[in-house]
Amino acid sequence: MSTLLAIDGATKVFGGLKAVNQVSFSISEGETVGLLGPNGSGKTTLINLISGALAPSAGRFGIGGRDMTGRRADVIARAGVARTFQLVRILPSLTLEENVLVPAIFGRKRHWGEAAQALARGALERVGLAESAGRQAAELTYLDQKRLELARALAAEPDILLMDEWLAGLNPTELQEAIRLVRSLSGSGMTILMVEHIMEAVRALCPRSLVMNAGALIADGPTADVLADSRVIAAYLGDAEHA
Amino acid sequence: MIALGVALVGLVALAALPFYLSDYGLGLMIGMAGYVTLASAWALFSGQTRYISLATVAFYGVGAYTIAVLNETMAYPAALACAGLIGAGLALLVGLSTLRLSGIYFVIFTFGLAELVRQVITWFEVNVTGTLGRYIFLDITAREIYWQLLALGAFTIALTAWIMRRRLGLALRVIGDDETVAAHSGIDLARTKLTAFVLSATIITLAGAISSPRWTYVEPLIVFNPNVSFLTVIMALLGGANRLWGPLFGAVPLFLLFEWLSVQFPDTYPVILGLLFIGVVFLLPDGILGGLARLTGRNGKAAR
Repeated sequence: MSTLLAIDGATKVFGGLKAVNQVSFSISEGETVGLLGPNGSGKTTLINLISGALAPSAGRFGIGGRDMTGRRADVIARAGVARTFQLVRILPSLTLEENVLVPAIFGRKRHWGEAAQALARGALERVGLAESAGRQAAELTYLDQKRLELARALAAEPDILLMDEWLAGLNPTELQEAIRLVRSLSGSGMTILMVEHIMEAVRALCPRSLVMNAGALIADGPTADVLADSRVIAAYLGDAEHA
Repeated sequence: MIALGVALVGLVALAALPFYLSDYGLGLMIGMAGYVTLASAWALFSGQTRYISLATVAFYGVGAYTIAVLNETMAYPAALACAGLIGAGLALLVGLSTLRLSGIYFVIFTFGLAELVRQVITWFEVNVTGTLGRYIFLDITAREIYWQLLALGAFTIALTAWIMRRRLGLALRVIGDDETVAAHSGIDLARTKLTAFVLSATIITLAGAISSPRWTYVEPLIVFNPNVSFLTVIMALLGGANRLWGPLFGAVPLFLLFEWLSVQFPDTYPVILGLLFIGVVFLLPDGILGGLARLTGRNGKAAR
């Protein structure tokens, strides 16, 4: 399978803090990869670097073979990268349908009219929000806002979907439902990189995981091996020798 | 289609109005047409994106000053075209340097811009040309000014209606809601904002240019009166700045109210203006039309 996302030496410095330090990895087409690590380890910053929300201090970013280093978020979005946000971001004054139309219209294929509407309806259906298409996004519950955010990402028809703790804050039933939804996405061939703290979900969805600690990538491999890695355990629980 | 028909009939009726009005009445209509144009043009950028601009008078004044400088050397249509081009150029320059600012920083910058332009022109006139005041002697009747402003106002509303149905209109609304989401959905923020800002500022500049012969005598203090910026904002907000007809519905009653107030209470007028500003922002955040829509929406839901 061909490489879709190639990251080489990604670094982001905030003042004296290296939030992301020399991170390199690549993701092939169709993979679902977990991005793990303790709070403050740089996961969200890394997602922000990939999506173009932040400009990298150093490193190279390739998407589908094209060099995207330092490009603006809208350029990267049009290259086929969609994302959800750690703190859910919807467009409150727009209807659900309009929310989802936005990436369909401004995304890589720049749909308009019927084609865009069909795509938006399909995305809303996929997350189970088709019946409330005409409602104002601001009226939604937290869970439905999360669904809407995912529908918006899907309507962009992305090659790569970046999910930043999309499963956080769900109750056990909702979690099972959400896991099924994500699985159906990866089943349809979408490449997914997901930041996640819920191990149950990571084990269920991600054959491969990356682990970050203090800005550096400390493990990359099959999820079961990675979770058994002594350095990963030390990152989460503290080093046994210093305990 | 019906709305378009009503709008066209209204426009024809408004165009015929000068034949039935006194000079005073025509003066009122000129002021009203001017402010409807300003508020609609302001809302074209600020109403959609929620970037509150206080630079209205910077462009308005530049338009008036351009005519004051060029009216003796150039035919009127050519001077008007020059004013439009200067306004567009200035807006491009300002836009490129400031649209990265957001929230209160943008508001303050635009307010400062009007002051900066006024001071620069004053400095230039005093030190280089040596004349602070200028006269505008143009063979243009009040009726012609009114018709021009009416046409510009109608054009602005038509342009807004057209933009609202295009990609640009949706992009502006998304930017008004959340710029980060806009960028991550593939919207080119800089180009979108710049396009709307330049369109809006060019119309405002033309409004200033067309209105200028009414003054006869022009100097920076007169044409760069910051009240113009504030009035424009209140009018657009009162009517509903993100709605097509909102600025019009705000500008007409407020213009008449301000006319009456400035005659009745010339000294306390600025205080009343300030109170109105606060009242509009607190009581009608979505404007009259937004408030009405919410009321009828609620009634509709209750009926179901």
